[in-house]
Amino acid sequence: MKRNRVTECNEWFLERFPLTKLWNEHMAHYYAPKNFNFWYFFGSLALLVLVNQILTGIFLTMNYKPDAKLAFDSVEYIMRDVNWGWLIRYMHSTGSSAFFIVVYLHMFRGLLYGSFKHPRELVWIFGMLLFVALMAEAFMGYLLPWGQMSYWGAQVIISLFSAIPVIGDDLSLWLRGDYVVSDATLNRFFAFHVIAVPLALVMLVFLHIVALHEVGSNNPDGIEIKDSKDPWGHPVDGIPFHPYYTVKDLVGVGVFMLFFATVIFYIPEMGGYFLEPANFIPADPMKTPEHIAPVWYFTPFYAILRAIPDKFAGVIGMGGAIVVLFLLPWLDRSPVKSIRYRGGIYKKALMLFVISFIALGYLGTQPATPTATIVARFFTAIYFGFFLLMPLYTRWEKTKPVPKRLTSVHSLEEQLPALIEEITQIKQGSTEIGHPAFKSSFFAIRPNPKGIKNLISRLAKNVKGSLD
Amino acid sequence: MKNLTALLLLLSLSFGVIASEGVELQKANIDLSNNVSLQRGAKHFVTYCLGCHSIKHIRYLRIALDVDVDPKKVLKDIAPEGANIYDQMHSAMNAHDAEKWFGTQPPDLSLIARSRGADWLYSYLKSYYIDPKSPRGVNNLIFEDTAMPNPLWQLQGEQYAEPRKNIWGHEYTNLVIKEPGTLSEGEFEIFVNDLVNFMVYVGEPVQLERQRLGKYVIFFILMFIVLAYLLKKEYWKNIH
Repeated sequence: MKRNRVTECNEWFLERFPLTKLWNEHMAHYYAPKNFNFWYFFGSLALLVLVNQILTGIFLTMNYKPDAKLAFDSVEYIMRDVNWGWLIRYMHSTGSSAFFIVVYLHMFRGLLYGSFKHPRELVWIFGMLLFVALMAEAFMGYLLPWGQMSYWGAQVIISLFSAIPVIGDDLSLWLRGDYVVSDATLNRFFAFHVIAVPLALVMLVFLHIVALHEVGSNNPDGIEIKDSKDPWGHPVDGIPFHPYYTVKDLVGVGVFMLFFATVIFYIPEMGGYFLEPANFIPADPMKTPEHIAPVWYFTPFYAILRAIPDKFAGVIGMGGAIVVLFLLPWLDRSPVKSIRYRGGIYKKALMLFVISFIALGYLGTQPATPTATIVARFFTAIYFGFFLLMPLYTRWEKTKPVPKRLTSVHSLEEQLPALIEEITQIKQGSTEIGHPAFKSSFFAIRPNPKGIKNLISRLAKNVKGSLD
Repeated sequence: MKNLTALLLLLSLSFGVIASEGVELQKANIDLSNNVSLQRGAKHFVTYCLGCHSIKHIRYLRIALDVDVDPKKVLKDIAPEGANIYDQMHSAMNAHDAEKWFGTQPPDLSLIARSRGADWLYSYLKSYYIDPKSPRGVNNLIFEDTAMPNPLWQLQGEQYAEPRKNIWGHEYTNLVIKEPGTLSEGEFEIFVNDLVNFMVYVGEPVQLERQRLGKYVIFFILMFIVLAYLLKKEYWKNIH
């Protein structure tokens, strides 16, 4: 090779820094199971959204004023007078909701395939710490626009700390820096939102990934690919993360960006869920809004808080709803990881849990009527039942035998041509008339009711069969 | 499972009841590409609203650029006497007087269309009626005991509330104009609609621009997805 200045610089650098080693350990020679499915896109997407939040956040900070008198107006100046400010701001506001969507799906993947179980307990713990840090980040960031909902949401949540016996009042005073949410609170929340919590997030992401790469990724079959290795010591069912999963994740990134851009450019308020209407009114400490609801991603926990009659017990319940997630690796006593080989009870329990989580999320956005409270209690019971009864039902249920090697399931893209053929039919005679351009068989395709019926009944049978 | 379904049903019913309370809103016809309507709306706002309400988050120049009018014409036809083209649209009324006259400071309306919604504004402005019991002599069907007197009464005329019953026996209030104003009912509807259209524009002046850009961004992303997918397929063709 011709030696020139550039290669010399490269060598100088690589002699002093293990870049090749790092790259190989975490990308090129990191073996990941080859059967990752749809659910495995959300880890890399969460990283993408984190980068988006940090980058757009930097630009927002350049024009935002953390001051109770100026904050609301400065956000509007960003929306109107700063070049492309509206785009940056919508990317940040949509990004926060997208972060939670992606993270909730990422966590659900863990529940599906038992990714929290031995030997990945620590990966799960770091992930849960990330989740808590993310909630803190989102909560503090939501105060910064200084709208009515920002203000009163923060007021309600901080006042929860005063429910703690003995130290409660002093604690909430210490958190706010004032007797009500005020300029002092805004300034400290700004500091936490912009530097303290993001630092923690980045560090935890680092730990989460290092811990994951030490034990290796789980997979939809929930078996350890390291158990069967080829003569060179590579897992037979593994493929290098780079380039295989980097190119695959690129497709996921594209699809994610499609949804993301659609929201940013066409429905940035998302019907009042991503940007709440009441938050377009400047914060007014003298005027309490009729109905205070947190942003959608906190509403399941908020519904649990309201469902419990006693305030302190409610706070414990809300905290417990998160703490119990930390304990998941030790609550689950099933010998198998993946839902594919678990019995019907876990599948039903997981389904009920998802329903209760969504229902609680909906109830949290609604005013607390007596009926709604009773329903919320019911779903709160299911939420906790899923976790607290887990040691029992996971031990009782009969699991299926786990294979030694990864199983291959036909992906949707392989099944699609056959599926389309089944549910469509070629209409006879329609090619006789009309313009020659329309004579190709593509324009004669019609839905086939019989095929669709077959497909639906087969689907129903499969779902029923898998639940038993 | 059956209990669960019943509960869910109950749930949806109970929320249906909540949703049906209150007065039904009339639909505003919002078209931000209608520059003539926006120009009329801006003029109406300056004439009838700016006396008390600011819209401080927008400048005259922004309006001139967005609704395609010469800045000089904006100063001559729309802006009040003596305004500069770079000025934000501030009201001349001071806060102290406002507090004395209305008991509260008239809010800045820059974002009112985003917090209340276009339909609400449209219905609100049309729903004033004569109410001798109210301290201001008027009340509003959409926002009861509103602090704002009806600024458009000369145009709309005097409206009265009449309790009615529909065929199912539900009571509702019907508003009837007894003393016609300077505008006919149809003209008044257009007037209010122009005003609300302008308010929606002021709420987020960049709306049309972002929708226009969105098409290109989404087209670009679709191309990216196709390329990324082909790349993935190429790399993965030997993995089974």
